[in-house]
Amino acid sequence: MDTFAQRLYRHYQENPDRVALVFQQAGQPDLPLTYADLLQGAHAWAKALERRGLQPGEVVILILRHSLDLVYSYFGAVLYGAVPSIMPFLTEKLLPERYRADLASLVAVTQPAAVITYPEFEPEVRAALSPESSVRMVLLPGEVEPPSAPDFERLPGLQRQPDDIVLLQHSSGTTGLQKGVALSHRAVANQLRAYSAAIRLSPQDVIVSWLPLYHDMGLIAGFLMPLLSGVKLVLMSPFDWVRAPARLLQAVSTYRGTLSWLPNFAYNFLAQKVRDRDLQGVDLSSWRAVINCSEPMRYESHRAFLERFREYGLRESALATCYAMAENVFAVTQGGIDGPVTVDPVRLDLLQTERRAVPCEEGDTVIRMLSAGRPIANTRVRVVGPQGEDLPEREVGEIAILSDCLLSGYYHRPDATAEAFRGGWYLTGDYGYMAGGEVYITGRKKDLIIVGGKNIYPQDIEELAQSVPGVHAGRAVAFGIEDTESGTEEVVVVAEVEEYDRRTPEELQALADEIRRVVTRGSAVALRLVHLVGQGWIAKTSSGKKARAANRERYLREVGGPAA
Amino acid sequence: MNAERIETLSSHIAAKILKQPNRKIGADEPVISSGLIDSFSLVDLALFVEDTFGVHLDDAELTAETFDTLRELDQLIESRQA
Repeated sequence: MDTFAQRLYRHYQENPDRVALVFQQAGQPDLPLTYADLLQGAHAWAKALERRGLQPGEVVILILRHSLDLVYSYFGAVLYGAVPSIMPFLTEKLLPERYRADLASLVAVTQPAAVITYPEFEPEVRAALSPESSVRMVLLPGEVEPPSAPDFERLPGLQRQPDDIVLLQHSSGTTGLQKGVALSHRAVANQLRAYSAAIRLSPQDVIVSWLPLYHDMGLIAGFLMPLLSGVKLVLMSPFDWVRAPARLLQAVSTYRGTLSWLPNFAYNFLAQKVRDRDLQGVDLSSWRAVINCSEPMRYESHRAFLERFREYGLRESALATCYAMAENVFAVTQGGIDGPVTVDPVRLDLLQTERRAVPCEEGDTVIRMLSAGRPIANTRVRVVGPQGEDLPEREVGEIAILSDCLLSGYYHRPDATAEAFRGGWYLTGDYGYMAGGEVYITGRKKDLIIVGGKNIYPQDIEELAQSVPGVHAGRAVAFGIEDTESGTEEVVVVAEVEEYDRRTPEELQALADEIRRVVTRGSAVALRLVHLVGQGWIAKTSSGKKARAANRERYLREVGGPAA
Repeated sequence: MNAERIETLSSHIAAKILKQPNRKIGADEPVISSGLIDSFSLVDLALFVEDTFGVHLDDAELTAETFDTLRELDQLIESRQA
């Protein structure tokens, strides 16, 4: 098998003038980059890392906006044999103190040797580093020389071994110990081989992506897979896309894009927010697969997307699904490539109460489950019960996976690694069932909330809410409720308020606003739904833990869904 | 400053974006840098401004640097309508 640097070397030798990447940025002309451009730009960064005394195998944290610097420095680290990991850039709304705390926590666990960022952000990075921090250098784009032809033979990246760690992907928890998923060259190569076969990837494909690169879907499907495989990538910024979602459709039309990956909410977002005038001349007939991945997939979202864009050439057969996680590099299953995505209408009530997927064509309680498809060739899937026993078809249990592309471990977290495996199988924490050899995901074991493809830990939200004066100590609960309009989850906070009965409606309103403000600025969530209650409302389990599911049910009974 | 226009913007944001119809948004309250309007809702706001006031906001303008308060948005609309 080839390591990353070997693959890049091969493209550089064989196809130096082939366009590897079309880089898009709002307000600027599209920039096509050949493999020669890409690797010469990356080489400048590799030289800078060498000059500053980084050692191959050390971790480099990249804190950069969507930019050529991000692309070049990522591959620069690879060419140098260092281990890159991208951290999200600070957003306008997030409190700098909170960001600093996240960074400090990441540095403490991961022990990176270098951070790459902008000069204006350097003070923020320095502030997060303790005097005895592992970070020996903060490298800035201004220190990097112009692109230059790489001398591959002397680049340490070419000496990396298949089982060496090639990259880390950090999970997005806001507090607590960070977990960096460590992946080897071999694991990534095995995933790309199996996944490329599953989606019938060919050099004629064109991948169009707006996904952030700090997330597995963006990093693997929308960045590394095309660039390492010699498949053209059209890459835009998530920041630009969210302000003008039609950009994705325009890019597919302009570049005859064939493949894109989207979280479920994006289907609704595109169907609802794109104006006809932005679709003039747009032709989506080249799109052979639009792959729904990274949050619960909804039949209704696919239908809305198809109805909206069918007249612009979108083919029904393009709708596809995938179940993926960073721990398996990316994909576990793939559906909708060789035939339509299987839709499995089942009884929602029995799914919830008896944890069985009972087929049912009509009726009030039918839910149309979208299949995530079949396991890709190198990955086996089991559905297991609480004791690890295999469950029969159509019974809901935890999804366990075994493959040759699993993580090497959570970086510097042997405790978390040991906890995640049982008998060599990785326990995903997702619930689902199998039917006819296909995998259906129904929910999650942990109380994780997924908003727009981003993982949100309720504990983090609760901690923020409980820090607001007037909220009873330890008496706030956070959970997600499905928002069918937006196609994703909406976060709800229920907080028990001190002296609830003595407060005026205005005082309660002000307190709710303060909770919204503190949570919004301290997390990745713009919190809207806050429900204030008197003492004793929040149900806890016998062991004193918050019973989030029970509290969620009570909230839905008393307050209703997100549209209320 | 057009108080009526600010009121129209405030009610729309409160009802449709924040889903708190009773909420009042002050003319000088930051709405973007505070995260009150999240990035997914910026395009909603731009569409509303266009439909209601006939003023097109370019997507590159949907940042706190262009406007962060309803007073600033009101001024932007005013200058475009002139």
